[in-house]
Amino acid sequence: MADMDRSAALQQQVNNAIHAGTALNIRGSNSKHFLGRVADGEVLSLSEHRGMIEYDPRELVLTARSGTPLAEIESALAEASQMLTFEPPHFGENATLGGTLACGLSGPRRPYAGAARDAVLGCKLINGKGELLRFGGQVMKNVAGYDVSRLMVGAYGTLGVLLEISLKVLPRPASSLTVIHECPQTEAINQMSHLLSQPVPVDAACYHSGHCYVRLAGSEQAVRHAQKQLGGETLEKSAPFWLALREHQLSFFKSSKPLYRVLVKPATPPLPIAGSWLLDWGGAQRWLVSDEPVAVIRESVAAAGGHVSQFRASVQDAAVFQPLSAALFTIHQRLKNSFDPHRIFNPGRLYSGL
Amino acid sequence: MTAEKTAINPHAHAQEVLLKGLLSLLPASLVLTDPEDLRPFECDGLSVYRRLPLVVVLPETIAQVQAIMRLCHKLRVPVVARGAGTGLSGGALPSSDGVLVSLAKFKKILNIDPQNAQATVQPGVRNLAISEAVAVHGLYYAPDPSSQIACTIGGNVAENSGGVHCLKYGLTVHNILMLKVVTMEGELLTIGAETLDAPGYDLLALMTGSEGMLGIIVEVTVKLLARPERAQVVLAAFDDVVKAGEAVGAIIAAGIIPAGLEMMDKLAIQAAEDFAHAGYPRDAEAILLCELDGTNAEVSEYIMAVRKVLTQSGATEVRTAVDEAERQLFWKGRKSAFPAVGRISPDYYCMDGTIPRRHLPRVLRQISQWSAEYGLPVANVFHAGDGNLHPLILFDANKPGELARTEEFGRRILQLCVEVGGTITGEHGVGMEKIDQMCIQFQSGELSQFHAVKAAFDPSGLLNPGKAVPTLHRCAELGAMHVHHGQLPHPELDRF
Ligand SMILES: Cc1cc2nc3c(=O)[nH]c(=O)nc-3n(C[C@H](O)[C@H](O)[C@H](O)COP(=O)(O)OP(=O)(O)OC[C@H]3O[C@@H](n4cnc5c(N)ncnc54)[C@H](O)[C@@H]3O)c2cc1C
Repeated sequence: MADMDRSAALQQQVNNAIHAGTALNIRGSNSKHFLGRVADGEVLSLSEHRGMIEYDPRELVLTARSGTPLAEIESALAEASQMLTFEPPHFGENATLGGTLACGLSGPRRPYAGAARDAVLGCKLINGKGELLRFGGQVMKNVAGYDVSRLMVGAYGTLGVLLEISLKVLPRPASSLTVIHECPQTEAINQMSHLLSQPVPVDAACYHSGHCYVRLAGSEQAVRHAQKQLGGETLEKSAPFWLALREHQLSFFKSSKPLYRVLVKPATPPLPIAGSWLLDWGGAQRWLVSDEPVAVIRESVAAAGGHVSQFRASVQDAAVFQPLSAALFTIHQRLKNSFDPHRIFNPGRLYSGL
Repeated sequence: MTAEKTAINPHAHAQEVLLKGLLSLLPASLVLTDPEDLRPFECDGLSVYRRLPLVVVLPETIAQVQAIMRLCHKLRVPVVARGAGTGLSGGALPSSDGVLVSLAKFKKILNIDPQNAQATVQPGVRNLAISEAVAVHGLYYAPDPSSQIACTIGGNVAENSGGVHCLKYGLTVHNILMLKVVTMEGELLTIGAETLDAPGYDLLALMTGSEGMLGIIVEVTVKLLARPERAQVVLAAFDDVVKAGEAVGAIIAAGIIPAGLEMMDKLAIQAAEDFAHAGYPRDAEAILLCELDGTNAEVSEYIMAVRKVLTQSGATEVRTAVDEAERQLFWKGRKSAFPAVGRISPDYYCMDGTIPRRHLPRVLRQISQWSAEYGLPVANVFHAGDGNLHPLILFDANKPGELARTEEFGRRILQLCVEVGGTITGEHGVGMEKIDQMCIQFQSGELSQFHAVKAAFDPSGLLNPGKAVPTLHRCAELGAMHVHHGQLPHPELDRF
């Protein structure tokens, strides 16, 4: 597909929807349709609004239209030996930059190099009044005005249509390898959290079917030194493993039972919920496949100070995401109202009433 | 002077009600009204703006903050929050008809959790105190503004402060997890979470850098990092500022992200040298300080690579600190550059624009041209790796017209930053100071959206009023005065 700036046509569609009072279902290429609640509405497709706008490796900044496929962005970065810091899951061949940021998804490197929102420097968007607005910019530091660009990340398209996004990118590490230890879950949790206070160049850590995987990345010597320090076996060809984890292609994720995303402090001991577990993000993000009732899961996770969302739910109209306190929800509603007063963008995708 | 307080005041009754209310919430020792007691609160680090508040309160508990806010909300009294008052944009400038809430009593480190590499502190805790308290665990809090011995973590969050290590470790926004915030209506919100992501909108990002406009931060949970095994700094001297600017891009192009990459020009070098005796080459036109950290082996590898790049970029001298003491000394010179410049000039005005790195040479050249035109010397000392400039314009406020000329010079620098695709403020905030420059950087659509965001948190508009985001009318008036590139920035508004 050719690069194209469809801003004007998209703005027109938004204005039409405002006048007609119809809701819009913003769509990149719909790879993440399973995420969140179901939003009704006419499809507003971003997949033709694509293309890289600016990328100068020396600036460590990339600007692209939201419909640009992630794969295209990643291959341009790879040519300059750079990468997206947050290692986003694609969940589909055509996953777009806009959809990825709207969902705020980050991959295994997240605890060590920052989340999707951390990489965002600026954006251009259409708000619910049909206005084209620019926030942030293409520089590393910018405190002029409220940080609306990062607010868009994880808002599931409920506040505006992302048109362009500027991201901070980084050089790829010169060297990377993965060490594995066979151990019980508790020991893996202790080890992964211990590493947080050690000067070891860890850039991913997970626990899966009885093994703790630690990915080291940095200069050649640093990685080799850390490998000796940590011991264990070295995983040959580790890239496919981390890719399969990131894309939920490990057999763990193939279950027909509901999949939950559980966020806790990384050192939290194993949670007493029946089901199978896979720990990513050094123990901070835990995937749970379970038939237990949602309420039971929520209660148990809340008791440990964490929160849960239904990642692949059986029913997508329930409260998929962790409910908010009344005071916070009020702020959410007012913010929604301030960006999208006619409530045309993805109504209900994140929470009922937003 | 304090005439406004002693003269017959039509609002005297309202003030009496307010004072009585505050005294019912707090012990009298925590409610200041005597002009002498108010004086220390009349300005922040940008002392050209001064104003006495009606009253200063020093609450000690979250419940007291909530009660103060409810009272002020009920009485429609403006509120301004204040940390250590080191801000450089007039953000903590009091409202003359309002209450200044000082967070000075919120000084406790509430919890250090080394297993999860986080700590929870009260907002009045000083930035450096956090790193000091967690050092026993091999941890530290990464953002390190030069003011870190004095500024508070609450102020850091409100300004999204950076420091010399932000190139690699990010700004405040990248290093905090959770906030407790009291709204103007007295509601206590928990924003973010102790976990890595939080449900709902990213209000943590919105609060960070919100300059005390959205809520009063009463608790902060920060992320801690492992202290690197080794940190080493390389000092490079140049006979030309532009070459130094180009070397910055070359280091990054070589695939190296230094922990810090700072630049100083001749005037700043000499001032810092006189002040801190850091061992800087006094005759250099510019120096770069490039810090590399990581494991021992990694740092050695990077030093070799950086030395090579610097030499190829035309450095006249490249020196690696011989030991930790010298490394500290190199940084001491940099971190004391502002006060050092303060000693060589009666006054200085610190600018804070950020630009794409590739424009460093061009912008530096232009600033030095203007400096000659205005007859006002400029010392440059800044976060080169981030493209965050801090030109310090030297002036004498006692010379008639010099402040006005300085401000005009400053405005031109900021406008240039915007023109090359940058921003008017990288880390010091808009506050009172850059409110007019916001009209250059943003159109009315964005400004209206900012006002709407503010209203979502503070519908009554009583929190830190008149700061950070200009009214559309203010911009229209300004636009009528100077037209930019033949284009009116706010064509939809009536002109006066
Ligand atoms: C010599 C010097 C060097 C500096 N170097 C740097 C630097 O390297 N990097 C950098 O980023 N800045 C730097 N600064 C600027 C300043 O130190 C920072 O902006 C700092 O974060 C301000 O903290 P503070 O506690 O002094 O806040 P204050 O000045 O008291 O307040 C700043 C703003 O934050 C608001 N605020 C304060 N506390 C709260 C709270 N609890 N809740 C809500 N709002 C609040 C105030 O209303 C005000 O708008 C420097 C300043 C000086 C004087």
